Parts: sequence; C-alpha cells; structure tokens
Amino acid sequence: MNDPIWYLDDPSGSVVRESEVSASAVLTRGLVRRFGSVNAVDGIDLSVKRGEIYGFLGPNGAGKSTAVRVLCTLLRPHEGVAFVAGHDVARHPQDVRLRIGVALQETALDDRQTGRELLHLQGRLYGMTATQVRDRMNAVLDLVDIGDAIDRRIGTYSGGMKRRLDLAAALIHRPEVLFLDEPTTGLDPMSRASVWAEIRRLNTELGMTIFLTTQYLDEADALADRVGIIDQGRVVAEGTPQELKRSIGQDLIVAEVEGDDPTVLASLRLLDGIDAVSYEAGRIVVSTKDGPAELSPVAIALNATSLRVRALTLRTPTLDDVFMELTGYHIREAVPA
Amino acid sequence: MTVVHADPVLGRQAGFRRDINSVAGRALRQTWREPTSVIPAVFVPAFFYVVNLGALEDITSHVSGLDYKAFLIPMAIAFAVTGMTRAPALVTDIQDGYFDRLCLTPIRRSALLLGLMVADVAVLVLLCIPVLLMGFVFGVRFETGLAGLVLFVVICGLWGLVFTGFPYAVALKTGNPAAVNACFVIFFPLFFLTDAVIPKGALTGWFSTIATYNPVTYLLGALRSLITTGWDATALVEGVAAMAGIGCLSMFLAFLALRGRVRSGD
Repeated sequence: MNDPIWYLDDPSGSVVRESEVSASAVLTRGLVRRFGSVNAVDGIDLSVKRGEIYGFLGPNGAGKSTAVRVLCTLLRPHEGVAFVAGHDVARHPQDVRLRIGVALQETALDDRQTGRELLHLQGRLYGMTATQVRDRMNAVLDLVDIGDAIDRRIGTYSGGMKRRLDLAAALIHRPEVLFLDEPTTGLDPMSRASVWAEIRRLNTELGMTIFLTTQYLDEADALADRVGIIDQGRVVAEGTPQELKRSIGQDLIVAEVEGDDPTVLASLRLLDGIDAVSYEAGRIVVSTKDGPAELSPVAIALNATSLRVRALTLRTPTLDDVFMELTGYHIREAVPA
Repeated sequence: MTVVHADPVLGRQAGFRRDINSVAGRALRQTWREPTSVIPAVFVPAFFYVVNLGALEDITSHVSGLDYKAFLIPMAIAFAVTGMTRAPALVTDIQDGYFDRLCLTPIRRSALLLGLMVADVAVLVLLCIPVLLMGFVFGVRFETGLAGLVLFVVICGLWGLVFTGFPYAVALKTGNPAAVNACFVIFFPLFFLTDAVIPKGALTGWFSTIATYNPVTYLLGALRSLITTGWDATALVEGVAAMAGIGCLSMFLAFLALRGRVRSGD
C-alpha cells in the first residue's frame, strides 16, 4: 500500500508518514526550539492520537510552555517537524490555527471588554456568521458556566471566571485540538475541580483532543489518557499513568524518621525481597515487589535501630516517583539533586 | 480515550476587510469607553490656540494680509491629531497576552495593525470637529468652501495616521509603555521647528533654515492654503508629498516591527 513519506529533507533526518500525520492530533519529530544557546525544546518526538487527553508533565522551566507555543504557531520551530490536526505548524500555520483552540498559561483576555464582546470578536475572527457566533456562544457558556457575568467587563472577573472565559474563547470555533497550558495553576480547589470536570466533559461529550500541560502530578494522573514527562526540554518517558507507575515495578514503603543511624540503610538492604533503599530529608524509601509482605520486616528492622519512626506507610508509586526515578529529583524541586 | 465523533470545526478565514473591521470596532469601542484618552487632544490645542492668539496676534499684525486667527488653525488641528493613537492600548494587549490570543486566530497579521489605524483615522477626523468649530467661533472661514473644508479634514486625518506609524513601531518593537510615550519626542522638533505659530517670512537665521527643510512646514502650508488662499495646487502637492515621505518611513517602520513581533523568535 502506498503510504507517502513526508519531510525527508528535515535536518533531523526524521521520516514522517502521511498515515501517521492523519491519524495523529499532534505529531512531532526531532522538534527543537532554542532561545539563544539554550535548547528550551530539545528534540521532542510526540504522537498524540485523536480524541485523547494527553498530559505533558514537567516542572517549571522544563519546556512545556515553549513546546505548546510552537505547536500553536506562536513560535517557529528551529529544527524538526510538527503537525497539528494534520497540518505542518511551520509551513501551514493558518490551517493549524483554524483547527486549534488555546488557553495559555496566563489568561489572555482584554479587561476592557465584556465577556460577551470578547467571545463575539473571537467568533468573528474565525469567520463565523452572526448566527453561528450566537449559537456557539450559548453552547460554550453552557459548558463553562460564567452566568450573568458574561455582560460585565472582564476586569471585574475573579481568577476562576477569567480561566473559564479563556476556555470559552478557545472553544468558540469548535476546535479539533484544544491546548491547555497549565489550566489550573493558581486556582482554588473548587475552581480546579470545575476545570477538571469541564476538560473531561469536552473530551467525552465532544470527542475533542486535549493537549494539557501541567506541573501537578494528580492532575496528569486524574485526567490524562497518556502522559509525557518532560525534563530540560526532552521527553524522558511516555505512557499511560498506570504504565509509567508500573515501570518502576515496585511498591514503596516510606518511613519518616528522626535521628541518625548510619547502619540503617545497610540493615534494610539485607532483608529478603527488598530491591532498593534510599534516604532523603528524613524519609527512608524502601522499594519492594511485595509491599504488604515486607512491611513487618521493615518495621522490625527500623525498630532495632536508634531512629525514631514518626510514620510508616505503604503506597504504590506516584508519577513523582517515576519522575524521580528518571531524573534524579522530585518534580517540585525543579533543580537536579 | 474517547471515540465520540466530533462536530466539524467552524473556523475559517474571515476575509481581510472583516478582519480589519473587527479590530477597528474593538478599538473604537475602547476609545468610546475611555473618553479621558481623547479629552487632552481637544483641550490642549484649544489652549495653545487661545494663548498664541492672545500673545502673538498684535505682534504679527504688521504682516500685511495675515489673518492670524486663520493662520493658527492648522497648528491647532495638527496639535489635536498628532499622536492620537491606540499604540498605548496595543502595548497593554502585548503585556496582557491578548495580542497572542489574536495571533492564535486566523486573522491576517497586517489587519492587526491596519484595524487600529482605521480606528485612529475615525477618531482623528472626529477630533477635527471641535477645533474647527472653535475657529468658526473666532470668525475663521474657508476660502475653498465646503470642498476645501472636507479636504482639510481628510489631510488632517491622513497626517494623524502618518504619525501613528512611529508609536506603533515602538509599541510593537518594545512592548514597553514608557518607550511609546518617549517616542512622542519626535513630535516636538517636527512640529515646533516650523512656521506653526510665526509666518515663514518672519522667521530668521537657523530657525528659518530648519523650517524650510522640515516637511511639516509644507503640511501646514497646504492646510493653511485651503483656509486663506483658495485652491493652490503647488501648496497642496508640496503638503501631500511631505506627508507621503514621512508616511513611507513611519509605515515601513511600523509594519517591519509588526513582522518582527508576529514572527517572534525566528
């Protein structure tokens, strides 16, 4: 079967097949974006399927927002290729813009307009008729629930309302792919839950592909069908949250301790069934394939030391553990250990 | 993962004229809501007109055939329309990220600037009205009649548009409100080193030389001719040519800055 290959002239030497492009909502090969001598995005390969919620997880400064700005046509890639909704972001940016909706990290609104005026203008710029704009405005306002505030100046809105209006503006032309750059940063828990519900609804009811960047582990875990972990401009792991957590392959026994006993790590390592032991900032983390079975021996071993155990917990790995395993530091630290 | 069949995308290119209308409409709505941005453009020219008239009318009375009240009207009008621009609002859009939101739509990039300029021209034309009314109250009449009055307003609007290129260029290049305000220093030498308040024949020395080479002198001359001389093709051609020269420079800078802004980080 004839499956044309595109972009053999790409300097990265990447091969992109037309079938891959048409099957993907987002497809990148060897994507690089530099600022000066720094590669903010450093050779990223992504493949996001249509209808998927893709979580792009990483700490501040990892390159998430830069990658989104390239995919949304606000920045040009320096190397590699990127296709969004079947169109090349560098060669056919207008075709991409027609098919995407974007809510950037900072809400991009005009405080001097009313919410309704902003949505109306947005619709007009997408070439929609007055009737289409009115119908879509009603539809998106049902979805994001701004209420009577839609006729107030945006400058009077709360942070949560601005987020919701920003989302409504991104949805007015019924995009195929929705980019959400850290959509819940700075929101209170209630607003955050509301945005999560809206994202799920957009995906399940409208079939919209959602590319979500976040630095919140629970957000990626709860929302994303698949997660890409990005660190220093590179994707270091990709898979479903379950796959990523399983990749560590172990349960974790975490002991919060006080005091100092240099023999403790060695004595824990001598126990049967223990794969790894690490110590960091008053926490001993024991990795094992069978957490429930090993909990008692670990407790007994700790009791035999001079350490005071404040808490002993058994848990399955989190995405933060995956990040730690891959990068050597926790996602919230954002500084290599 | 969801397998719902999504409805088709509604987005399409809106058309160049509609892009410009959309941007201009928003700008005009903002101007209407912020009258304080326009009031100085009415008050300051009126103030300078009255002050200059009071201070210099007697001194210039020896110049034969000079109607100083009519002579000063182009100064007042040019004062009103020069520098009235949405460039500070554009800086706010850049800083708030709204400019990025507009860039994410399929709008043609040139419409982002042309729309603002269209709104500026509309405001500039309206700003001519109170100053002209003030002139009429002082007894100023147009030798060229209604047609001359219309052409006078058109030239004023175009001059205002020509000058907006500079603050737009600075706004797009820097995204900095202080820099935009600072660029109005261009206005002072362009405007005051002319025969704006003293007839050219009365200027002497270096001031006269600079005024001779200052294109704004010819713009004012063209406007003045419509009021006091009648249809003077030479004065009009010189004025329009001077305006076109400055316009080419300012528009080149403005659209170059726009290109740099929308292709940021190439």
